[in-house]
Amino acid sequence: MIDIREVTKVFGAGSDAFRALDRVSVTIRQNEFFTLLGPSGCGKTTLLRMIAGFEGPTEGTILLDGDDLAGKPPYERPVNTVFQSYALFPHMSVAENVGFGLRMLGRPKDEIAATVREMLALVRMSELAERQTAQISGGQQQRVALARALAPRPKVLLLDEPLSALDFKLRKEMQLELKRLQNETGITFVFVTHDQEEALTMSDRIAVMNAGRIRQIGVPREIYDHPADRFVADFIGDTNFLSAELTARTGDTATLRLPSGRTVEARAQGDGTPGKVTLAVRPEHAELAPPEEGALTGTLTEVVYSGTDTHYHVALDQEAGLFVLRRQNRPDAGPAHQRGDRVGIRLGAVAGQVLRD
Amino acid sequence: MARPFEVTRQPGFSAIAIACFVLLYLPIVLLVIYSFNAGESISQWEGFSLRWYASAWENEQIQAATIRSVVIATGASLIATSAAVLAALATTRTAPWRGRTIVFALVNQPLMVPEIVTAVALLIFFSMIKVATGYTGLWYLILAHAAFCIPFAYMPVRARLQGMDLSLEQAGADLYGTPVKVFRHITLPQLWPGILAGAMLAFVISLDDVVITEFVKSAGQDTLPTYMLGQIRRTITPEINAISTALLAVSILLVTAFFFISRTRK
Repeated sequence: MIDIREVTKVFGAGSDAFRALDRVSVTIRQNEFFTLLGPSGCGKTTLLRMIAGFEGPTEGTILLDGDDLAGKPPYERPVNTVFQSYALFPHMSVAENVGFGLRMLGRPKDEIAATVREMLALVRMSELAERQTAQISGGQQQRVALARALAPRPKVLLLDEPLSALDFKLRKEMQLELKRLQNETGITFVFVTHDQEEALTMSDRIAVMNAGRIRQIGVPREIYDHPADRFVADFIGDTNFLSAELTARTGDTATLRLPSGRTVEARAQGDGTPGKVTLAVRPEHAELAPPEEGALTGTLTEVVYSGTDTHYHVALDQEAGLFVLRRQNRPDAGPAHQRGDRVGIRLGAVAGQVLRD
Repeated sequence: MARPFEVTRQPGFSAIAIACFVLLYLPIVLLVIYSFNAGESISQWEGFSLRWYASAWENEQIQAATIRSVVIATGASLIATSAAVLAALATTRTAPWRGRTIVFALVNQPLMVPEIVTAVALLIFFSMIKVATGYTGLWYLILAHAAFCIPFAYMPVRARLQGMDLSLEQAGADLYGTPVKVFRHITLPQLWPGILAGAMLAFVISLDDVVITEFVKSAGQDTLPTYMLGQIRRTITPEINAISTALLAVSILLVTAFFFISRTRK
């Protein structure tokens, strides 16, 4: 378990000071696949480097299984890292790379050899054990980097955007592979990425970060369906933001009046006082309908075909901006629409998530 | 349409270039040719012979001077390279500290200070030590050479360190390597081309030195270059050409090796 308490990191001093992390607190559980997600510069990599020991917090503490990590150098932390650049040692073979951590720990030779074999089998690289690292492909280097970091059986594996250098297909494959490795080894994974889809696919829980702060922590479904604020809603997936007025609320359900005069229901947490709010609607949660049936009406400005889906861009009558909705291209998908058509937009029984500005 | 400016197309470019190369290399070519002269003159060709090489080879003074030169160059380049590696690590592998730029400048100081000034300074400094200790051995020369060789050894080592991926050393630390182990198992194996290149450059620079050696040496401590200088003051025979050619060959060999080693990647 990693307990990060009120951690602040300031780089530089005086007027150049940059607050990379601002009082960040999060608890990462045992055997969890935990993802730090956010745009570049949000502080996610800084937090990862602090767990690894490459940076020290300006304020706050990081506990690993109850032990304060403050002042412990990287080589005394039972934590290993998969670097974004892989950082494989170019003067060593694949097997020597994988065995390096155990060699530094002074383990006996036969134990190292056995673990190296086991790890290379785990990442399906057994045949290439004697290769030089320059002679293998990017995807293979990635696997070696993983095996090398897993070989000493760390309590926590830190992964710093490890898939960003791979092409699309390989990335998909490695996402499943990482999930499998985490299941098989039972090691806590802390994964850093700016790719929201990657985060949703692999994580047990996600912390969404922006500008040095954690905006929301939750399981992927929660983050996607119940974004805590406009930043999270916008960063994770596509979202339509509509202005609305909250008129009543019971429990987690709020009644909203849209500018069109229609009333819809939506999820709302926290403050339930009536007033102006933003309604966040996912593109796949809305449907095209005849104009008279829609909660909103507008004109189709664009129909974008993208293989599995078709995206419809609607210029709304009631407010500025586009509403984007998505329909799966099934044979029974319903009538085709063309640019310029007058359409209505039907929202679901629960229209979306209410956000306070 | 105006063609982009290209220096190679300017009138007289080839002529100037050729003139420069001739000026640079013709004297050396002549020196090499006359080292094979059968006669006693360094300007009148009397036929091919290796007699001056044989004569130089058998000359005991030359033998002693050569051995002394090699001993000094070896000692100086070892000391200079060790110091240079430490200096390079301190100026590239530490968090920026106050005075890092000043240290960088100080390490390279021998390149800036006129050699004759260093020579005089060392002469005075060492004579004080000589008076105090009575020691008159070769160490004065070795240390003097080491001092001015440091920047030459420092440059390639530092360049190599700067070109190395820092995340490799971080990965080493992350995988339980203490700083000393990381240096031994990760930094050093990748640094050695730089170290070797630096050592060889230092060796050649030391082998070639006249000014500082002339000032610092005690009686009977001639190195090959100072011996040659002494000979030229008397009668010049193609023996000088023969020694020069041999020195030239060694230098070319080492500098070529330096070139190939410093090009080595990974």
